[in-house]
Amino acid sequence: MKSLILIIISCALINNVVLNQFLGICSFLGVSNQLKASASLGGAVIFVITIASAVASLLYDFVLAPLGMDFMKTIIFILVIAALVQIVEMFLKKTSPGVYTALGIYLPLITTNCAVLGVALTNVQDGYNFVQCVLSGFGTALGYTLAIVLLASIRTRVHEEDLPAPLRGAPIVLIAAALMSIAFMGFSNLSL
Amino acid sequence: MIILITTLVIAIVSILVGAGLVFTSKKFYVEVDPRQTLVRECLPGNNCGACGYAGCDALAGEIAMGNAPVNACPVGGNPVAAKIAEVMGTEAGEPVDRKIAFVRCKGSCEVTHNQGNYVGLHDCRSAALSGVNVTDCDYGCLGFGSCESVCPEQAIKVVNGVAVVNRMRCVGCGLCAKTCPRGLIEMIPEKKRVAVQCSNKDRGPDVKKVCSAGCIGCTLCVRQCENDAIHVAENLAHVDYDACIQCGKCVEKCPAKVITPPAGTGA
Repeated sequence: MKSLILIIISCALINNVVLNQFLGICSFLGVSNQLKASASLGGAVIFVITIASAVASLLYDFVLAPLGMDFMKTIIFILVIAALVQIVEMFLKKTSPGVYTALGIYLPLITTNCAVLGVALTNVQDGYNFVQCVLSGFGTALGYTLAIVLLASIRTRVHEEDLPAPLRGAPIVLIAAALMSIAFMGFSNLSL
Repeated sequence: MIILITTLVIAIVSILVGAGLVFTSKKFYVEVDPRQTLVRECLPGNNCGACGYAGCDALAGEIAMGNAPVNACPVGGNPVAAKIAEVMGTEAGEPVDRKIAFVRCKGSCEVTHNQGNYVGLHDCRSAALSGVNVTDCDYGCLGFGSCESVCPEQAIKVVNGVAVVNRMRCVGCGLCAKTCPRGLIEMIPEKKRVAVQCSNKDRGPDVKKVCSAGCIGCTLCVRQCENDAIHVAENLAHVDYDACIQCGKCVEKCPAKVITPPAGTGA
């Protein structure tokens, strides 16, 4: 039990997917200009990554590994994850329109987010079993949400400040993201 | 051998995925009311949100479901309401008078002064929160143009220290009226042009001290009006647009020249 909780903590904080592994940077920088949008995106990412890592784990354990098709995992994962998101989207639209409208455009956008594929691949690399895969996916997505919501909050503050002209816009966002990354490095000293 | 297996597995997975997609798209097909698309085509498409819904698409959905009246779009007004009523097969309902934003302040730089001691963010809402006396008049336009920045049609502009509405461009969404921290902007019926261009509730002499164009609450206009359409409350005249017949008598008598003239007489 303790090791399972540790997986979540280590994926969310210590090996933060954005700030430590530098995956999913495009949406991290692109969507973080509004707090509300970034929170919705974070919700959608949690949803998709958890399901995707579960399916990818099953697929790897029962199809790819027994047949010795380890080298095809990238292509198969892309295929399955993309289709999965489509199916989930249709399912949500029918069964819970509330969730569907809340996630909005972000659900299909995540299909191409490298963080989703990255999690599925690193899980397999680390030799996690099914439960560990789901938890590490959940933890990673939690870390992503945390990072993007934090950056969005910083950006709303920074937006109101009177900055020197060369720093306005993208430069200050990159500086803020870099400082966040350095701050998150502090977690690597966490003794668990 | 491995090549064959790989090809086979990829093919099988692809077919399964494809079949799954086809199955779910049939099984979880959501019927969209065909009227929703037709209603959406009638709406202006500003996505301003003045109707109270998230945008034109959301409003179209609500109208198609019967949750919103056909005349819910304040921007489109009666022509759009009639078109939507045709799609929905109902009556257009009470015709709604199109409304236009009106700034109840005449305090340009010639008649009143900006004290110039506010140094914060260039935004009316921040200035109002700061507690600093930005303008001499405690009720007048702050002139930082928060209304200008929310207007989806670029129909309101701060000119010479006071917000001015371009009546040709204003679509009547009312976003500026909601934004103005001093509540200066009033939505008044498009056809009614006689309106009091001041919001100062101080007594006459105090108004005169800060602004030479303000309403001094003298009640001369009230005595002129034959229709009981203009009243003075809290030292400030206000027109009752339901009763006003746009005769313009109050305009002529106003000593401060703060009432806007009726249509067809310039200005």
